[in-house]
Amino acid sequence: MTTNQSSIQHKSDIPFYRDERVLQIIAQVVSAVLIIGAVIWAIMNFLKAAEARGMTLTLGFLKEAAGFPISNPPIDYDPSMSFGRAFLVGLVNTLRVSVFGVIGATILGTLLALARLSTNWLLSRIALAYIEFHRNIPLLVLLFIWYFTVFAKLPKVQESIAWPGPVYVNLRGFYITWPRLTETSQPFVISIGIGILLAIIVYVILRRRREIAGKETHYSRISLGIVMIFPLIGWFLCTGSPLWLDVPILEGFNFRGGLRFTPEFAALFVGLTMYTAAFIAEVVRAGIQAVDRGQVEAARAVGLSTGQVLSLVVMPQALRVIIPPMISQYLNLTKNSSLALAVGFQEVFSVGKITINQAGRAVPVFALVMVTYLTMSLLTSFVLNLYNRRIQFVMR
Amino acid sequence: MAATEVVQETKRPPQPPGLLKWIRDNLFSSWGNTLLTIVLLPITVFILFSSIRWMFVGADWRVVTQFPLLYTVGQYPRDEIWRVGIGLSLIIFMLGASWGKWGGLLRSISIAFSIVFGVFALLPVQHPELDLGMRLYLGANVLLILVGYWIGRIQYLKGGHIVIGWSITPILAILFLSGFENSSTLPAVGTTLWGGLLVTFLLAAGGIVLSFPIGIALALGRRSSLPVVSAFSTIFIEAIRGVPLITILFMFSIILALFLPSESRIDRLVRSLMAVTFFSAAYSAENVRGGLQAVPHGQIEAAKAVGMSNFQTMLFITMPQALRAVLPAIVGQFISLFKDTTLVVIVGINDFLGIGRSIINSDPEFMQLQVEVYLFIAVVYWIFCYLMSLASRRLEAAMGVSSRL
Amino acid sequence: MTETTTNEVIISCKGVHKWFGDFHALRGIDMDVHKGEVIVIFGPSGSGKSTFIRTLNRLEEHQEGDIIVDGIELSHDVRNIEKIRTETGMVFQQFNLFPHLSVLKNITLAPIWVRKWPKDKAEKVAMELLERVGIPEQAQKFPGNLSGGQQQRVAIARALAMQPQIMLFDEPTSALDPEMIKEVLDVMVELAQSGMTMLVVTHEMGFARAVADRMYFFDEGLIVESGTPHDIFHNPQEDRTKLFLSQILQH
Repeated sequence: MTTNQSSIQHKSDIPFYRDERVLQIIAQVVSAVLIIGAVIWAIMNFLKAAEARGMTLTLGFLKEAAGFPISNPPIDYDPSMSFGRAFLVGLVNTLRVSVFGVIGATILGTLLALARLSTNWLLSRIALAYIEFHRNIPLLVLLFIWYFTVFAKLPKVQESIAWPGPVYVNLRGFYITWPRLTETSQPFVISIGIGILLAIIVYVILRRRREIAGKETHYSRISLGIVMIFPLIGWFLCTGSPLWLDVPILEGFNFRGGLRFTPEFAALFVGLTMYTAAFIAEVVRAGIQAVDRGQVEAARAVGLSTGQVLSLVVMPQALRVIIPPMISQYLNLTKNSSLALAVGFQEVFSVGKITINQAGRAVPVFALVMVTYLTMSLLTSFVLNLYNRRIQFVMR
Repeated sequence: MAATEVVQETKRPPQPPGLLKWIRDNLFSSWGNTLLTIVLLPITVFILFSSIRWMFVGADWRVVTQFPLLYTVGQYPRDEIWRVGIGLSLIIFMLGASWGKWGGLLRSISIAFSIVFGVFALLPVQHPELDLGMRLYLGANVLLILVGYWIGRIQYLKGGHIVIGWSITPILAILFLSGFENSSTLPAVGTTLWGGLLVTFLLAAGGIVLSFPIGIALALGRRSSLPVVSAFSTIFIEAIRGVPLITILFMFSIILALFLPSESRIDRLVRSLMAVTFFSAAYSAENVRGGLQAVPHGQIEAAKAVGMSNFQTMLFITMPQALRAVLPAIVGQFISLFKDTTLVVIVGINDFLGIGRSIINSDPEFMQLQVEVYLFIAVVYWIFCYLMSLASRRLEAAMGVSSRL
Repeated sequence: MTETTTNEVIISCKGVHKWFGDFHALRGIDMDVHKGEVIVIFGPSGSGKSTFIRTLNRLEEHQEGDIIVDGIELSHDVRNIEKIRTETGMVFQQFNLFPHLSVLKNITLAPIWVRKWPKDKAEKVAMELLERVGIPEQAQKFPGNLSGGQQQRVAIARALAMQPQIMLFDEPTSALDPEMIKEVLDVMVELAQSGMTMLVVTHEMGFARAVADRMYFFDEGLIVESGTPHDIFHNPQEDRTKLFLSQILQH
């Protein structure tokens, strides 16, 4: 015990309203009560309203017949099938347009970024004009332009535009001559599979050999050869041709056969792809520019060729910067595909909307739609986090 | 050994004069470049030429020029339209006053507004909706900006007064627009009649002004040490960011009512505004959180060391630095909010895009003129978005923010 | 000064000019470097000294004059440029190590992909070089985990791995903390004594005194004065040289 004890405030002397530990607890309790209270209040209101309107909140109706058509369904569907099936068709449509869109936007966006970085002034300006145009106009306006002024203005079936292929374009869609597998095509399909697999294995092994043994192994040429030769072998192993050409034919008032894309799909796909490409172009450009100039100089100074500088030094570093925002652009594209509603393409959201109109039950249907999107988002961010963690681990 | 050499006065390598040199360096610097230019140049010229010719010869712009009021205010009753005018003038006046007080970017905005109003006031065309009264009103707004500027220059008018002015003006304007039940001078005008740019700007401005503080609150909430607060904020942010805006819009327009007491009624436009606001707030929150993470810990320690409370530290040290660091992202979010307001068309609100759609649908003849309508709409959105990004870049430059962030 | 100097000319520059836009960066540089010589180039910033050694491996293109490195003339011929780059190693002020590759892979990258060595050999050589620069234990780490001095020593090892005839150093110690300068200079001194032809842009006059065969003073894109370290330090002819030396030797 020291003499100046009286001047030191003893721990227990602090009034409770000044004790940070007590304050902390009070804050916890107050915030918990407020938030949980508000949530409970909303739920109570909801239950009351549900009871008053006799709403059912179960998903049992998904088994009932949907009764509405979906144009050009990617999987078997007709109106006598269930709401659940219709929802599945919508989901496949969402995934279909998203996958096509992601591939298209990545290719176009990368080309635009390279054009933007080109030393050719004209090319770089054209890319800039494209990017600034698309970034500053609402996607919905672009979709309307594509759909109402281009794809909804295609000629009538009788006046179809015929492109070589043959490809027929009319108001009901794009009919494309498409190779399809015959019943005796197994050897062909299997040989393609084996060819690709083998090519990858050979590529990896020979590239390793090249690295380890230091001898030129022509790994890219050899694996390319494998990919091309195996399907050929498979082709001749088949009895008869493994493929037949599904040529669209005009029958009465409609085309039959061929691969068909509806104008709605085309409008959504083109609009989404071109819009997202503008954003991806900026992502890729930023990624490439983020690689320090000194890196290129150092790589050239040790004698790497231009291609090697890009593939061994610049791209690996740029990709680390590019991939996270790129994935979030992919996610944006997927979410934006819900604007399909405006152009009449039936994907998850649009099927959900029709279901609400047909069967009521807004709440469960909405919950289903939102959970579907949330699942896609959460899966994506999970993958992204894994990637980021790996990068941080390696780079640090 | 001194190796100094007398060098002749700089002889340059042979170089063509300015323009030729520029063309050589930028269009024909190498084999590939030359080929590219030869291919691209005719295509570009052809596209530019034919679009310009279409604009002046092929296009029929009547579908745009016939309905200026429809595009700006929608179906707002024409007898009551002076109320929109008053609302706009109030804001114009505040803009002028802010220019007088602070200058900078506001100067450019004010001048741009004055020029647009002036040009329309003096437009040498006959138009039923651009009568003398309208021309006088537009001209008066130019004067109003100048009057505002002059008032803003007054010494004893403090910045605080203008902030108060800005917080009152929108409320006044909204009251003028919506009017009151049982009033003969200001009869109520339902929001179903509002439309056009008026609605687009209301949604965008309202969304920006409301979503930003909510976003800051959510960002702080997510970082809070209170588990309930941080869990709630995190779930709110991630749930909203995980779904498309259109689902939020539908939720607010269809389902929200179920979660509120049955007697409460929320206006359709307000519901849309809420949806846009919360959606944008979730994204703003993540931007702000990114900024907060970028503030070095030493800043907070320094603030605490000079005796600032937690709240003061946040208000004066952390938040300003955080917002400054992510300014480009925040403005980017405002731009996408502005573009996203078009989605209200899908829940049946006649914003600028919606009015365009209803004009097209109003007359079979106009069905053939969709290109003109949508291009006009696209150009208007483009101009505003581009101006916003331009303003953002100027703001960044003025604040010394690196645009790389 | 070093007895390894021979009479064989390995770098020969005649009337080298270089413009950046309107700025005349090199205004006629003539220089012959003999095999095994150590050249120190110094001068105020903006004098063209870095630009000059960067023209030697074509990181900068010269617009007039001739540069012949190891019997190969620098021109627009891509093959010549690549050949010269494999014969010259370069060490940068900012190290420029590849952040996405481990220290060992930084060193073996070019030997494997350009020299087409087997991986074993490349790694063996890389480990020997890491021993030589004194940090074999860092082989598996990433550049970001190393101190500046260690990074620069890795950069020297990376350049040496191609077994170059000539080493170019562009202000190798300017970005280093004072306590790390010595570890890098020690490596460079050892390298000089082993008979490597070196061109070093630096203001480390102690280093110049110890190993340089000749020194060149650059100013405004010109060689103002050149000579042995003894001449330059004790008997500079030009006023600009005297002034500059007095400024940097003050400390």
